Amino acid sequence: MLEIIQDYWLTFLIGQYPNGPLGGLAMTLIVAVLSILMSFPIAIGLAVARSSTWRWLRLASACVVNFVRGIPLLMLIFWCYFVIPIMTGYAVSGFWTLVCALTIYEASYLSEVIRAGIASIPKGQTEAARSLGGSYMLTVRSVVLPQALFNVLPGITSQFISTIKETSLGYVIAVNELTFAANQINNQLLTQPLQVFTILAVIYFLLCFLLSRGLSAIETSIRRKRGLL
Amino acid sequence: MDFLLPADQMALLLGGVRTTVLLFAIAWVIAFALAIALVVIRATDYRPCRWFVDAFVAYHRNVPLLVQVMFWYFGMPELLPETIRFWLYDHNAEFCFAVIALALGSAAYQAEDIRSGLRAIPATQFEAARALGCSYLETMRYIVVPQALRISLPPLVGRALLLFKNTSIAMAIGVAELTYRTREIENLTFKTFQIFGIATVLYLIGTFSLMALGSWIERRTTPGRKEHRNA
Amino acid sequence: MTAAIVSLDHVNKWYGPHHVLQDVSLEIGKGEVVVICGPSGSGKSTLIRTINALEPIRDGKLLLNGVDVHGKGTDLNKLRQSVGFVFQQFNLFPHMSVLDNVTFAPIRIQKRPRAEAEALARELLAKVGLAEKADSFPGFLSGGQQQRVAIARALALQPPVILFDEPTSALDPEMVGEVLQVMKSLARDGMTMVCVTHEMGFAREVGDRIVFMDQGRIVVDTTPELFFDAPDHPRIKRFLSDVKGEH
Ligand SMILES: Nc1ncnc2c1ncn2[C@@H]1O[C@H](COP(=O)(O)OP(=O)(O)O)[C@@H](O)[C@H]1O
Ligand SMILES: [Mg+2]
Repeated sequence: MLEIIQDYWLTFLIGQYPNGPLGGLAMTLIVAVLSILMSFPIAIGLAVARSSTWRWLRLASACVVNFVRGIPLLMLIFWCYFVIPIMTGYAVSGFWTLVCALTIYEASYLSEVIRAGIASIPKGQTEAARSLGGSYMLTVRSVVLPQALFNVLPGITSQFISTIKETSLGYVIAVNELTFAANQINNQLLTQPLQVFTILAVIYFLLCFLLSRGLSAIETSIRRKRGLL
Repeated sequence: MDFLLPADQMALLLGGVRTTVLLFAIAWVIAFALAIALVVIRATDYRPCRWFVDAFVAYHRNVPLLVQVMFWYFGMPELLPETIRFWLYDHNAEFCFAVIALALGSAAYQAEDIRSGLRAIPATQFEAARALGCSYLETMRYIVVPQALRISLPPLVGRALLLFKNTSIAMAIGVAELTYRTREIENLTFKTFQIFGIATVLYLIGTFSLMALGSWIERRTTPGRKEHRNA
Repeated sequence: MTAAIVSLDHVNKWYGPHHVLQDVSLEIGKGEVVVICGPSGSGKSTLIRTINALEPIRDGKLLLNGVDVHGKGTDLNKLRQSVGFVFQQFNLFPHMSVLDNVTFAPIRIQKRPRAEAEALARELLAKVGLAEKADSFPGFLSGGQQQRVAIARALALQPPVILFDEPTSALDPEMVGEVLQVMKSLARDGMTMVCVTHEMGFAREVGDRIVFMDQGRIVVDTTPELFFDAPDHPRIKRFLSDVKGEH
């Protein structure tokens, strides 16, 4: 196992780069970060729409969210793979296909988490802001959302972790990420799949485990600072 | 259904549906039983037991399902005795390993859901029942578990949904389930939209049925609901 | 009487079939302290919540500084800046420091310069006796301290009138006094105040008028002297003895 790590650690980390395309863990992180950054504002939009007083807006948001949550991520990836080129007229790389699919998928799940957060804010909070003369938008932006997002930080963290894990599905459409790199290494070695996939699992485990621990430590420290513990 | 797809392709696709449903059903039953076992093991005071369960849960929460599936399919056979290995290869090894990976992963999450349901029951409920003269088992049976299950039900339904959708990951090791068949037929016919459209609708039927089943059970088990409806 | 700051004219409100405000008419002049009391469920909260349009009304007319509160073209956000509201549950923003709670409206709504808003906020916090808590978070404060911050927050817009909805009902008994103290000093400064409260000592001491409500109606609107010393209504007698029993 140590030998594999010695020989292939660079491939695990950055794929064939700089002699070939960037891949491995670096690519996994890029895809995950991009998808999270893009899905977050969409999720907030969907959640706010879902919590609004306009019926049709609530309905539209509910339809989108339930449709996306009703199909496997792999199906969504294939849809993006086929539909985006037709819609945009451009050949889209596997990378962007994956980022788009993950963005849509995670935005839907994240929006449900955020919606629960919004629902958990006592009515008195909005009333206080409105009674000071704050507009609906200001109230949502500076009173409801900051508290709602903070209250559901554990749920948001677990969606981030899910996103990182789901980047592995890029393997199916040949995106050069960590799982893909591990399979390449496995194909070169042929005889040591147990070791290769153990290393792969350990890398994902460390990444996700440490990230969730880190975020929860940050949350605890903010709670302590605000006297909420 | 001929106007949608030729009969032979439809048969292929429906074979995929059957495999998907089997993957889901078998994996779910194993996962639920395993989850309960994990919760019970975790509840013992014996430290190594708790560590084992915590490690099991942490591993399955932090490693992608696809990697777990690959680990079982490519890595595990090395560790198995030859007789079992050959038996597996004769008996649809892909399917077996996919079921194992799906079940273990889902069990870890379900165990967490059940455990947080149990933790949500205030100790006073337990004490009140004991004060009324219930035995430990009666208290659990009539007071604690019913309340805990009601709290755990929505997340458990969510897990079941995810498990159903995640069966599609088995295609990566060649299990001929719905997504696999869909791609196969698409490669043959290039009727991309049609075939993916049908597959998507089939998945939606599955997930929406599960959601409906979930809210039906929820309604059945929520106290006070019946009186409400009659009122 | 000076010009009315708040004036209700035959205001009616329903919750479904429930007629919660029945033909309520009331005038509140500048500098007046009006105490509204009455049994639970009699519509006191509903009444003062209609004054800053937290609740809509069915019919009647409600003027605040001469502006029709429930009129079609009324800019509610602008109007609400001219009336402070203090809630039973304080409703401080837990994710903001005490100072940020008080400067929230001046900076974010009125767009006043931060330095100016902070100076005013510190002055107000000193006035409610919490100058040293400016950088603390609401989570660290006692109920009484939180309610005093809430009063400072309501005062930050320098409104001509301020409404209190049972500001001491959610407090432990030992904290009621500190909040009443702040309210009394406000009253002495000549602030126009509408207070829903069961604190009869407060009503007698600083109240200019007592309005007694029952089942959505104003039953009596009189001076504290007449209200306490010669209650002429059986409901008031019962109410007063109930309130006394509480303490
Ligand atoms: N949002 C609401 N929907 C329906 N009924 C309400 C609502 N809020 C208050 N009520 C009813 O209106 C009546 C007056 O309530 P409220 O003004 O809160 O009374 P008070 O503050 O005097 O205790 C009560 O009977 C209460 O049950
Ligand atoms: Mg009230």
